[in-house]
Amino acid sequence: MLNIYCPICQRDCDETELSCGGQAHLIRRDHASSDKNFYEYLYERKNDKGIIFERWRHVYGCGKWFHTARCTLTNQVFGSYSAKEVQPPKSILATIRRSRVDFKGWVK
Amino acid sequence: MKRYSLSSIFTEAFKDNLGWEKAWTKGQPKKEYQIIIVGGGGHGLATAYYLAKNFNVTDIAVIEKGWIGGGNTGRNTTIIRSNYLQESSIGIYEKSRSLYETLSQDLNYNIMFSPRGVLMLCQTEHELRAMKRTSHANRINGVDTKMVAPEEVKEIVPIININGPRFPVLGALWQPRGGTARHDAVAWGYARKCSDFGIDIIEQCEVIGVKKKREKIVGVETTKGNIKAKKVCFVAAGHSSVLADLAGFRLPIESVALQALVSEPIKPIIDCVVMANTVHGYLSQSDKGELVIGGGADGYNNYSQRGSFLHVEETVRALVETFPVISRLRQLRQWGGIVDMTGDRSPIISKTPVDGLYINCGWGTGGFKAIPGSGWATAEMIYNEQPGKLASPFSIDRFSEGRLIDESAAAAVAH
Ligand SMILES: Cc1cc2nc3c(=O)[nH]c(=O)nc-3n(C[C@H](O)[C@H](O)[C@H](O)COP(=O)(O)OP(=O)(O)OC[C@H]3O[C@@H](n4cnc5c(N)ncnc54)[C@H](O)[C@@H]3O)c2cc1C
Ligand SMILES: [Zn+2]
Repeated sequence: MLNIYCPICQRDCDETELSCGGQAHLIRRDHASSDKNFYEYLYERKNDKGIIFERWRHVYGCGKWFHTARCTLTNQVFGSYSAKEVQPPKSILATIRRSRVDFKGWVK
Repeated sequence: MKRYSLSSIFTEAFKDNLGWEKAWTKGQPKKEYQIIIVGGGGHGLATAYYLAKNFNVTDIAVIEKGWIGGGNTGRNTTIIRSNYLQESSIGIYEKSRSLYETLSQDLNYNIMFSPRGVLMLCQTEHELRAMKRTSHANRINGVDTKMVAPEEVKEIVPIININGPRFPVLGALWQPRGGTARHDAVAWGYARKCSDFGIDIIEQCEVIGVKKKREKIVGVETTKGNIKAKKVCFVAAGHSSVLADLAGFRLPIESVALQALVSEPIKPIIDCVVMANTVHGYLSQSDKGELVIGGGADGYNNYSQRGSFLHVEETVRALVETFPVISRLRQLRQWGGIVDMTGDRSPIISKTPVDGLYINCGWGTGGFKAIPGSGWATAEMIYNEQPGKLASPFSIDRFSEGRLIDESAAAAVAH
């Protein structure tokens, strides 16, 4: 079972307390945007096999959203950070690099 | 290729069964092909087969990184049905189901198609209403289904508990022509026929790069070297996004683990397929006597081909309430597959941004039933360089054009 840190409650949570909200750092579009932009926001996903950055919600806890870095192949979790961040913070990227030397960094 | 028949079994029996040939030849890649199919699951093999059978194209390679049918085609719970809500879905799934009826004869390979009937339970008022709507849609489109009352459900499946307490059975949608088939045999049967047509089936060969010239496909890079091709089709289910990434575009797909399990074998207790969508579980019994059980997919992206324990528990908990008789059975095996989920839970059969590159994916939790129809439609698209009637509703453009094929309500559970 996944065990993910909630940065708001500041404790580890079981998968059963959480709900996943999919790819993080999507660019939200307003109603004047093109069909292509809406498609990217609503449906198109990176869906990487490897390190991903995703949204989680602590549904059976504080109810708040936060972001997490995880490997989709091994399910290793590299840590969580605030949902207010517009891109993964340096500290998380450094943690990932420590165990994955070939990690190329975050791609939009 | 020697035909399988009663007399071949008879003669082989007197020759110590030493005369059987390998069902398909293990191919080595040539330098160039007209068409390369990436992915040796059911959909990839069926595509190659119908290219040969319907369009006489045999200069084809099917490239598989593992072994034939080692992906989701060999990992599913084999439910075949076509009781969908939308016209476009009914078109392709009903085509597929009807091809299954004669597939054993067509392939000269016993795929053990067993039209034992599929029963979709209604356990809330909303579900009952939705299923009634589906049954009307089925009738309009010529799919043989009907609504049955709780007492009739009990007659069809005597082991069922229709009285709840949490989710009493209020009725069911019954498709008597639905059922199951042997999943490995479907992959092997298509592989054998492909090989017979002269199509190269290349196993243990992973595509690791895509060769393009000015946004036109010219070949693929594999672990067995570069192979040129005029046309390429990705048919890689859960790994479609990885391949699309190699070709330089993204897909409206997310990959998640879906699990199934079988119980220890017991005497026959159920002779049809029962799906309980509200509680997320479904059940049938294999010829060996194991109960074949499936449930919901993991709630997060995942390529680990294992799945989380809590989903197994959830599924079994739900089914024990509906089938109290199974409560003491032990689990024999459990496994997972990586399924490719689209935003509207309907598949993609489409051209791509790269000229000459086609894609078939997004079958998610329910593409075993679609193998023959999907291969048929994809072959047609590759040969004509544009999708035909069956495939055209399933193009990638539908997501930006707002033409979604909303089946998630009709297929709320994974199967
Ligand atoms: C547990 C479970 C239960 C299911 N139950 C049902 C059911 O009851 N009814 C139903 O209709 N459907 C069901 N499904 C869904 C069904 O199994 C799939 O939709 C279907 O099998 C997909 O077939 P495919 O040929 O597209 O994919 P696959 O069989 O997965 O084949 C894709 C192949 O591509 C290969 N590949 C990937 N990347 C590469 C690469 N880079 N190079 C070369 N090869 C590559 C893979 O190794 C794989 O063999 C279930 C799925 C699961 C996991
Ligand atoms: Zn919290």
